[in-house]
Amino acid sequence: MSNEVLIIGGGIAGIQSSLDLADMGIKVHLVEKLPSIGGKMAQLDKTFPTNDCAI
Amino acid sequence: MPEKKDEELRIGVFICHCGSNIAGYLDMEALEEFTKALPHVVFVQRNLYTCSEGGINEIKKGIVEQNLNRVVVASCTPRTHEPLFRNSCAEVGLNPYLFEMVNIRDQCSWVHMQEKEDATEKAKDLIRMGVAKAALLQPQEPIMSEVTTRALVLGGGIAGMTAALALADRGYEVVIVEKQDRLGGMMNNINKLGPSMINADELVSQKIKAIDEHPKITVFTNSELAAVKGFIGKYKVDVKTGTGTKNIDIGVILVATGASVFTPKGLYGYDGKHVITQLELEEMMKKGLDPSIKNVVMIQCVGSRNEDRPYCSRICCQVAVKNAILIRDQNPEARVSILYRDMQMYGVENEEMLRTSKARGVRYINYSPENPPKVEEEKVQVYHPLLGEELELPADLVVLATPLVAREDTHDLSQLLRVSIDENGFYLEAHVKLRPLDFATDGIFLCGSARYPANVREVVAQALGAASRASIPLSKGSVVVEPIISVLANEDACRGCGLCAALCPYGALEIRETEKGRKVHVIDVACKGCGVCAATCYQHALTINSYTDDQVTAQIEAFLGG
Repeated sequence: MSNEVLIIGGGIAGIQSSLDLADMGIKVHLVEKLPSIGGKMAQLDKTFPTNDCAI
Repeated sequence: MPEKKDEELRIGVFICHCGSNIAGYLDMEALEEFTKALPHVVFVQRNLYTCSEGGINEIKKGIVEQNLNRVVVASCTPRTHEPLFRNSCAEVGLNPYLFEMVNIRDQCSWVHMQEKEDATEKAKDLIRMGVAKAALLQPQEPIMSEVTTRALVLGGGIAGMTAALALADRGYEVVIVEKQDRLGGMMNNINKLGPSMINADELVSQKIKAIDEHPKITVFTNSELAAVKGFIGKYKVDVKTGTGTKNIDIGVILVATGASVFTPKGLYGYDGKHVITQLELEEMMKKGLDPSIKNVVMIQCVGSRNEDRPYCSRICCQVAVKNAILIRDQNPEARVSILYRDMQMYGVENEEMLRTSKARGVRYINYSPENPPKVEEEKVQVYHPLLGEELELPADLVVLATPLVAREDTHDLSQLLRVSIDENGFYLEAHVKLRPLDFATDGIFLCGSARYPANVREVVAQALGAASRASIPLSKGSVVVEPIISVLANEDACRGCGLCAALCPYGALEIRETEKGRKVHVIDVACKGCGVCAATCYQHALTINSYTDDQVTAQIEAFLGG
């Protein structure tokens, strides 16, 4: 079985899954429709309740 | 890049605008001019967003083109961005620990928004201090340690069982420790699960069967965790069972201990018979509700969202609506009223369940905490805000929706595991968004109602997530740990007094007999670099990498010298 994973969507869900899988040593292909990953999160300024900068 | 002692210091400082987060409140030009004049600073650049791809490339370009051997970024918080900037240094061959971060956003622009001049002066102080420290930074190498590929799951409820199966299916050995005499946890007391209305027993028995048949899972019932030693990858735990104590080597620990239901003693005439909790109703309905019960009144938020327990228990509205529908199903004659403060019915299925209940004739009456319902003999009085009058509802059964509360053993277990708990006594994750299923202590993970009240669907999702997070060190087989840790810099000075070891919150220090007498030994993988030991050591024998006495003194001198 191929030890590679395709993730569709490069928003926060896709990015976190990609990172966790890659940390497990699995090769990940992350596909995003838009020119950059980040999704809706990348459009936010600060996120509640910790006021972390979303980017 | 090899570091030479006589190497000329070339410090580059990158000052971030953070869009307008910093630049909107500080005089950035003044900061740049000031920084250029600091000792050993050969390159200063301002960026709109230093953390963006463009900003990162500028750091890399600066290191290569300007031959920088120390990098300072003055921007936001190291908590979120230090790893990124360190990696940028490493990518072009600069040891990542020759990087220093200065937080001029949280500490200057955010907190002094109305005082541009003073905030700018403070930012200058912080940058001057950062540069002074950077000049003394030494390269560090990451620490590697092997991982025992066995997981310990605390709690055999739906969370623990789900996580254990997920880990075992990946091929890792799993040990489940359950306090009760059987697996299943709170699910054993539940009738049906909304919104799909499947029997809780079915789900639990499927899981138990899978666990019993799984060669990789060992279950200890009537057991509890008695002691934990070690650190991520190399834990030694003592499990107290009915027959004795088992000592087991463990790589990672998952906390899935669940929560307890608050008992509403003294509230609304609670007696466990005619005035009961939703959990007691579940058990009653498992056996089939007494057909003579014609009038049921449910009261929401009993003992929650008040001064003692300010939080919303999240799941009680769903439970009440589910049980109201099931009562109407069992006995279409029965009248069910739900007295609520606010209905918490998030999501498509829950909203649908609420609509269904209304279509089935469940009656909803809003009450305010200032004027709560009054439970009397076989009736409940409540003020109806829309009718503007007191109503008297007949009640054969009053059901109180009480919150899930932290288990009584949470505090003791948190001490044993050295993990945090929140203001309501529940376990606290490392970061609400960045690491919701990890504890701040590496190698320990969290899922289910031990964190906050969650329904079965949420618990299962969290358990699968926590198992996934725990798989990362297990699959790697080794862990890399930050080298910013305590080191015995001056062995001769150490008298082996043990004060540091007694105070270490991570169990990372041991006093050992050596040829030179009693000396402290730092278990580097367990050390978090908190600095308690170095601050305590009156012999100055211990120091913290990247926070040495010299470096901190240089910062203080830089501050006082300004």
